[in-house]
Amino acid sequence: MVNIEIDGIPLKVDSAKMIIQAADEAGIDIPRFCYHKNLSIVANCRMCLVEVDKARKALPACATPVAEGMKVFTQSEIALAAQRGVMEFLLINHPLDCPICDQGGECELQDLSLGYGSGISRFSEKKRVVKDKDIGPLVQTDMTRCIHCTRCVRFGQEIAGIKELGATGRGEHMEIGTYVEHSLASELSGNIIDICPVGALTSKPFRYKARAWEMTSHPSIAMHDAVGSSVEIHTRQNEVMRVVARDNESVNQSWISDRDRFSYLGLKHPQRLLQPMIKQNGEWQTTDWQTALEFAVDGLKHVKAKNGGDQIAGLISPTATLEEAFLFQKWLRNFGSQNIDHRLRQQDFSDEGHEQFSPIALAEVEDCDAIVLLGCNVRSEAPLLAHRIRQSACSGGLISDINFFKTDLLMPVERQVVVNSTQLLSLLSGIAKALLHLDSEAAKAWQHLMREKAASATEQNIAMQLTNANQSLIVVGALANHHPQAAVIRALAALISQLTGARLLILPEANSQALHLASALPHAVTGKDQKPGLNACEIWQKQLRAYVLFNVEPEFDCADPAAAKLALQRAGFVVAINSFECDSLRDYADVLLPLAAFAETSGTFVGLDHQWQSFTGAVVPPGDSRPGWKILRVLGNISKFSGFDYVSSEGVRQDLQDQLNRQASAKSSLYIPNEIASAKGIQLISEVPIYRTDSLVRHSKSLQLTPENQFLDVVRIHPALAKKSGLLQGDSVLIQQGDLAVSTTVLIDEQVAEDMVYLSAASPLAAKLGSAFGQLQLSAITEMANA
Amino acid sequence: MTANLQLTGHRDQLFNETVRQKLDSWISKYPPGQAQSAVIPALHILQDAHQGWLSEGLMRALAEYLDIPAISVFEVATFYTMFELNPVGQHKISVCTNISCQLCGSEEIASYLQKKLGIGFGQTTADGKFTLKEVECLGACVGAPMLLLDRDYHEHLTPEKIDTLLGGVK
Amino acid sequence: MMQQNQVCFRTMHLDQPWSMEAYRSVGGYEVLEKILHEKTRQESIIETIKNSALRGRGGAGFPTGLKWSFMPRRMPGDKYIVCNSDEGEPGTCKDRDILRYNPHQLIEGMIIAGYTIGAQRGYNYIRGEFFEPIERFEQALTEAREAGYLGKNILGSGFNFELHTHPGAGAYICGEETALLESLEGKKGQPRYKPPFPAGYGLYGRPTTINNTETLASVPVILQHGADWFHELGTPNNGGQKIFCMTGHVNKPGNYEVPLGMPFAELLELAGGVRHGHKLKAVIPGGSSTPVVPADVMMQTAMSYDGIGKAGSMLGAGSVIVMDETTCMVKALERIAYFYYEESCGQCTPCREGTGWLYRVIKRIENGEGRQEDLDRLVDVANNINGNTICALGDAAAAPVISFIKHFREEFQYHIDHQRCLVAEPELKLNYG
Ligand SMILES: Cc1cc2nc3c(=O)[nH]c(=O)nc-3n(C[C@H](O)[C@H](O)[C@H](O)COP(=O)(O)O)c2cc1C
Ligand code: SF4
Ligand code: FES
Repeated sequence: MVNIEIDGIPLKVDSAKMIIQAADEAGIDIPRFCYHKNLSIVANCRMCLVEVDKARKALPACATPVAEGMKVFTQSEIALAAQRGVMEFLLINHPLDCPICDQGGECELQDLSLGYGSGISRFSEKKRVVKDKDIGPLVQTDMTRCIHCTRCVRFGQEIAGIKELGATGRGEHMEIGTYVEHSLASELSGNIIDICPVGALTSKPFRYKARAWEMTSHPSIAMHDAVGSSVEIHTRQNEVMRVVARDNESVNQSWISDRDRFSYLGLKHPQRLLQPMIKQNGEWQTTDWQTALEFAVDGLKHVKAKNGGDQIAGLISPTATLEEAFLFQKWLRNFGSQNIDHRLRQQDFSDEGHEQFSPIALAEVEDCDAIVLLGCNVRSEAPLLAHRIRQSACSGGLISDINFFKTDLLMPVERQVVVNSTQLLSLLSGIAKALLHLDSEAAKAWQHLMREKAASATEQNIAMQLTNANQSLIVVGALANHHPQAAVIRALAALISQLTGARLLILPEANSQALHLASALPHAVTGKDQKPGLNACEIWQKQLRAYVLFNVEPEFDCADPAAAKLALQRAGFVVAINSFECDSLRDYADVLLPLAAFAETSGTFVGLDHQWQSFTGAVVPPGDSRPGWKILRVLGNISKFSGFDYVSSEGVRQDLQDQLNRQASAKSSLYIPNEIASAKGIQLISEVPIYRTDSLVRHSKSLQLTPENQFLDVVRIHPALAKKSGLLQGDSVLIQQGDLAVSTTVLIDEQVAEDMVYLSAASPLAAKLGSAFGQLQLSAITEMANA
Repeated sequence: MTANLQLTGHRDQLFNETVRQKLDSWISKYPPGQAQSAVIPALHILQDAHQGWLSEGLMRALAEYLDIPAISVFEVATFYTMFELNPVGQHKISVCTNISCQLCGSEEIASYLQKKLGIGFGQTTADGKFTLKEVECLGACVGAPMLLLDRDYHEHLTPEKIDTLLGGVK
Repeated sequence: MMQQNQVCFRTMHLDQPWSMEAYRSVGGYEVLEKILHEKTRQESIIETIKNSALRGRGGAGFPTGLKWSFMPRRMPGDKYIVCNSDEGEPGTCKDRDILRYNPHQLIEGMIIAGYTIGAQRGYNYIRGEFFEPIERFEQALTEAREAGYLGKNILGSGFNFELHTHPGAGAYICGEETALLESLEGKKGQPRYKPPFPAGYGLYGRPTTINNTETLASVPVILQHGADWFHELGTPNNGGQKIFCMTGHVNKPGNYEVPLGMPFAELLELAGGVRHGHKLKAVIPGGSSTPVVPADVMMQTAMSYDGIGKAGSMLGAGSVIVMDETTCMVKALERIAYFYYEESCGQCTPCREGTGWLYRVIKRIENGEGRQEDLDRLVDVANNINGNTICALGDAAAAPVISFIKHFREEFQYHIDHQRCLVAEPELKLNYG
């Protein structure tokens, strides 16, 4: 700590700080363009020049470390003259097109120039003009406005882990761009919109839509992944105009993913469900809420009376709020149904009740010196978790990536191991085996399950890295959690974590931690005499009489689209509380209740650190759609169940909170499987692509246009399997799963495990198939067969 | 040397054997993990092997070869004046017009050259033989006025000297 | 008069002065052998260099011994010695001749420097256009390697040292030491903000010493003949001889290695005086970035760091640009301003935007489109650049503008008032086209 003075104010600051950081903490404003608290310091804009006593010339506050006794003057003659000089330089080549610039009203250059500008420019030469570049569907460029602060370039290099933008040319001819035009390939690319201090990089979908001063800002939480980034929703006249990042140092720092930024575009999709609808005699008709709700309740009551409550099932999207989930399960349980689940893509439920949810703060991830990613395409599952892991990797953390295919994690990776299902289990038990001697009790419980063979070098290395690390972490991702042997994988991961002291993160989907707390689960029974209900798989397999969907699009959101569709078609009564409609929904549903989406409702998100983050709606839901908690409350009332007289979502939250407080938190024991074995043969790898995760994302046109969706309608197979199956690049291929078959195009890809087939889940193609990770046959479609 | 250069495919197959050897010898001059240091020498090598200029594909392939982002190669190639990003003539003439040369008559030399070749600075003769460039100080000021023809300096220029010089170029 | 060519050009009179044989004949590599043999203490070498009053020949004139002493002594890991042979400052062409005619002396200097600062690896950054000098230097490296002066366990001393050439590719800014490091790392030559200085955070983030070619080539001679000998070649605080590149309007342009402190008049004599018997008008004494000095002041000036400093300019790289009475100062400044505009790396605002502004206004004046307010504006813009940039290129761009207008304002004013040149008498103008 050193003592300094800024503008006469004495401060005690950390000696590692720069003047600008000390000033920011003290709330003293120093103008800046290139400095950004989460990026490296380059001191190139020179806007932050301040006077420092004993220095010959003005110094950049962003790059000048504080020193004992230092006196800084941010407003002195010298400082102001230097700042004014820089401002003048910045403006000579900057177009004065503020009236048509999207940044107008929130432009750091505009704001500052008002304070410094001498009005008329003394520069009378010709201004520079720079050609714009097309860098994809999300970011609009207007490079004549660029002031070369290089924030965007540093963002790519330091945060996104992919240097696509650079400053080419030199001197006055220097241009920020990609040199050759192409779409940015980062899931975090939209952040350059936020950090660009001028209007050079703006949001393409938002272009010319609104002016900054016309909009109102609402803090909120993004729901598309488990991070729960803080966002700012900007609205105008009850319309969401855009979403930007909100600073939250402990969660998303200054960044959000493109998914969180651009999903709002789905809100206006033509398939948005805007009115309650009921199907009578096979005819759909729009109706009022009362009619629709009564219709829904009557239908369910009828099923209950005729077939029993256990013939009703409820499925809820992991993007639901805590409150929605709580009311959803409460309402259905009142019908006598325990068949409630949000684990829509899960297939193995054997470790139910042994769930390992320990809170982890994202900052802790950065500090880890060894991280194992297990079936986790972290860049697409949780882009900001990937960012933290990248920070760990860049400061020397050893990253082991174990998955069914290889992806570019955009960070230094110690090892990438591509495995098939059998190899995965073997690898994990090998790692565990290398560690079992550390704990005799665990050894006793597990020894008989482990394979004979001693641990391989890779297995031993991973085991060692986890043991030797000061802080290590195992992340079990979606590909592992959706796997048919997920419980075994998780159990082994938990065992390894126990033996090495590594933290274990079973990466939740979206808000599923909240849904867990809210008991949107079949085994979260309340009464003593009640039996656990059916899980998300059994619910379809058992083909029940009635289904209630809460923002679920079964063909995209479930582990086995074919089974789901069949069950729904055979059901007597289907209620869908959804934000979007589509033909298949109209086909099997009987009631459609229009649901408010992101930004339109209030609720609570539970983050990885187990913090409850509540938010309020930013706009009134469109048409007749209503916030989920209100729909469910009224459904409760109409059903004449008691305990549904909430007046606000806070009330729902409080009710749950009280309930949880009353329950003693039982520490769950480790699940030990009966055997460690996996199915053989060619298996599917069903990965949910980054922009197919939930209905809102899937309806965002701009996100659907990004290169990330490139594998949606092809099947990726390893050259070895291609050879074995007689397939060539670009061939048509028939994929068969039992009675189901789809044809598609072959993409030969060395990155995929040798005997597995990569197919994008949540895609029109996968919707025609059955179980994710299921067995399948491949056969070439020959000309002959076509003829 | 204008052998066909392979610009796509596996790293071990890029460019050609000779070029790869030269690149590898440069890479070996830097500490392990610092292959990026070889970008400038590598661009010189590739430019020489590719009729004196760098195509986008060439630069991409180099990025691949050095395992660095393509934009990092573009940044370097566009920063340094010796790299040509468009096709050039068989021979490159760089005339210094900076202060010491200017004081000694480089303007006259420049206009003589322009007239003789029938092209302006930054242009290539119709027969593709010469490209003429104006450059900054080349560090031969005591020999002003001077020019660089391909790899050789020519100093104390006069119109007569230029005639002889260009006459001798094949 | 003192003898010339005592330091870096000491092989100049020999046949094939660049060969190992020629260099050996003047005692080359003896110092290195002695140091390695006796395991001379690093401190004592630094002491000698300090006492010799050797100052950096690259432009800033920083005391070399002091610079070496900044290298962290006990820090483990890689350290580097880097030679700056980028030679881009207009008017400078001395390092080229060291590389061409005495490369071994530079190599010996770099090995000794490496030994002294604890570096096992050195790079000589040579500007890319120097095809011939690069070849010579590479040839000399091969000879030195064969003679066992480079490589592992040099002469059985246990000291390892590797030395490589690194070519530039046409960018003046890479002469700035931190830009040079960036360039050496395979990036654009964009200077780093200092602190941290290269001695703490240099090449690949490791402690690094960067010296000019002439500086490093002076080292073996100093250690051979002693600090006092060297110091006494020059004047107090300005040790040794210095190569002056005499260019512009002189009868015998050339590189002259003469004692520091030599009166300018004498140096001008050596270079054959002002050409065509013209009158001297002004001199830029240290390369285009140093302030111009009017003839009368210059004729009273001693050619040393301190002497030229007193005359209101800088010795810089020793690049003496002589201008006679026929020179149009507006046109001269236009060319210089264009240079800095062309060569600004573009990184920091005042330089990127300011150099273009300066150039365009001066060009306007030169073209007879000047305005009354232009002169004050030029000075004001130059002052706004000066001191506010990341590296000294900004200052280098500002200094000529400020000094030209200060000393020759009436010529600029004449251009503005009359839309033509004050000195443009037809027969004189012919001399430079
Ligand atoms: C714009 C600029 C260009 C420079 N160009 C050169 C150069 O070409 N050669 C050189 O030796 N030093 C040059 N320098 C000075 C170097 O930064 C550095 O001070 C010098 O290499 C240190 O060596 P010395 O102490 O031996 O002089 C330049 C400095 C600036 C600011
Ligand atoms: S002063 Fe000029 S050359 Fe130096 S860093 Fe700034 S822009 Fe680059
Ligand atoms: S904010 Fe300090 S120089 Fe840009």
